[in-house]
Amino acid sequence: MLHLVLFLVFAAICVAGAINLLAQKHPISSALSLVVVMASLAVEYLLLGAEFVAAVQVIVYAGAVMVLFVFVIMLLNAGEEELTKGSHVALILGIPGVLAGGLLVAWVLVKQSGAKTVSLGALPGFPKTIGGLLFHEFLLPFEVTSILVLIAIMGAVVLASKPEAQERPPARKES
Amino acid sequence: MLSLPVFLIASVIKIVLVIFVLLTAVAYTVWLERKVVGHMQNRWGPSRVGPFGLLQPLADGIKFLVKEDLTPPHVYRPLFIAAPMIAVICALTSISVIPFGTSIDILGYTIPMQITDIHIGLLVILGITSVGVYGVALAGWSSNNKYSLLGGLRASAQMVSYEICLGLSLVGVLIVSGSFSLREIVEAQSGLFWGFIPKWNIFYGCQFIAFFIYLMAAYAETNRIPFDLPEAETELVAGYHTEYSAMKFAMFFMAEYANMITVACLATLLFLGGWSGPVPTGGPPLVRALLPTFWFIAKVFVFLFIYIWVRGTLPRFRYDQLMAFGWKFLFPLAIANLVITALVVAYRAS
Repeated sequence: MLHLVLFLVFAAICVAGAINLLAQKHPISSALSLVVVMASLAVEYLLLGAEFVAAVQVIVYAGAVMVLFVFVIMLLNAGEEELTKGSHVALILGIPGVLAGGLLVAWVLVKQSGAKTVSLGALPGFPKTIGGLLFHEFLLPFEVTSILVLIAIMGAVVLASKPEAQERPPARKES
Repeated sequence: MLSLPVFLIASVIKIVLVIFVLLTAVAYTVWLERKVVGHMQNRWGPSRVGPFGLLQPLADGIKFLVKEDLTPPHVYRPLFIAAPMIAVICALTSISVIPFGTSIDILGYTIPMQITDIHIGLLVILGITSVGVYGVALAGWSSNNKYSLLGGLRASAQMVSYEICLGLSLVGVLIVSGSFSLREIVEAQSGLFWGFIPKWNIFYGCQFIAFFIYLMAAYAETNRIPFDLPEAETELVAGYHTEYSAMKFAMFFMAEYANMITVACLATLLFLGGWSGPVPTGGPPLVRALLPTFWFIAKVFVFLFIYIWVRGTLPRFRYDQLMAFGWKFLFPLAIANLVITALVVAYRAS
């Protein structure tokens, strides 16, 4: 019972954080709302029984990724957003789009209502279980994802390196 | 298993006790540092308030409480007030999963000497300390002052960089122990190698390299000399806490020293055998319960003393040296150590 109440409370915090993320004008406030979303998601994982995933969620997303976000916003000294009055395209396409998306989700939920759901605290959250799954059953997707991340890092390095450093070797100019 | 009322009462008592001991330890680590660094620099350190200046932390505390709390007009108030709270809350909560000893028998109940024992204890500490970065970063930004901002930027860059080395240095220990639970990691270290060397992780294969990496990364994580660039007073006034005064400043101060104590506890648990001591535990029940805690505190004290010793000895790095040291030396070393440890453990298991 307590678990269910906590689950609903943190779900509400999560959604509130997500809405606040959109509503805030200042980038730092938006980033901090995203931290709230990440942290409350971690609590949800914890309540479902996935302790390891919850801890990793906090360490990686709240502790590393979002710190870098905040860091970059601080470094660029980004000011408050200027709000426009809103474009007609957003009004004409956005509201039907949101309605269609909502209907789709509702339809899927109604259709799948008989499917198996995870009860609170029932997920196998031990690090050993997750390690076994990652390195046996899902080895290929896991390795492919890591290569994808590596490519992204290399792309970031290429984009961020100074243009004159790229031009220095003459042979590479053509390629 | 304890019944619910007993569990609640025991937990509340343990939490109050741990917070009290931790805050006292924070205050007296400051005293110890001032005294030790004073003697290293051929002066007395605090000596007026009480015998040997022992009441100095109390006097400092009263001063922090009654001083005027200035909030400069140009700051971003909500975050300016929240930042020191984030820092001190993260620093104080991470102690909750640290075991201080085996267990104690009171009134027929066996109560473990730890606020809570969870099987991902180490990850919880890493998670809480990684959130603690926000305190420093937001303090620097919300102060709306170029020195504070630079200090906050430096601090967050440094902490994120060295967190990677810190984490990687711990993975070796985790591979050897096979658990995330701090209690199980300590229990895996009981016994002796070849009958005379204690079976601590620091003596296991090349884990002394991991300990060295942990030591360096820990100094950088807690922003201590020689890695105290975020508050380098010769260039940044006082870094991220330039604009803070009175109790808000004291919160950053407490957070720094509480983090030092947590880091020392973690080093003791992971590398130095936790509460295992040189003599076998025996005698009356009370001694049997408290002797392991004594060894634990003694090891933490030694670690803190080395912390202060380093502060009294080394000069400060330059910022590019700091980053190069972290990324080009410690990081490859940590990965090499990890690979070798994994190979050795896999070979022994096969």
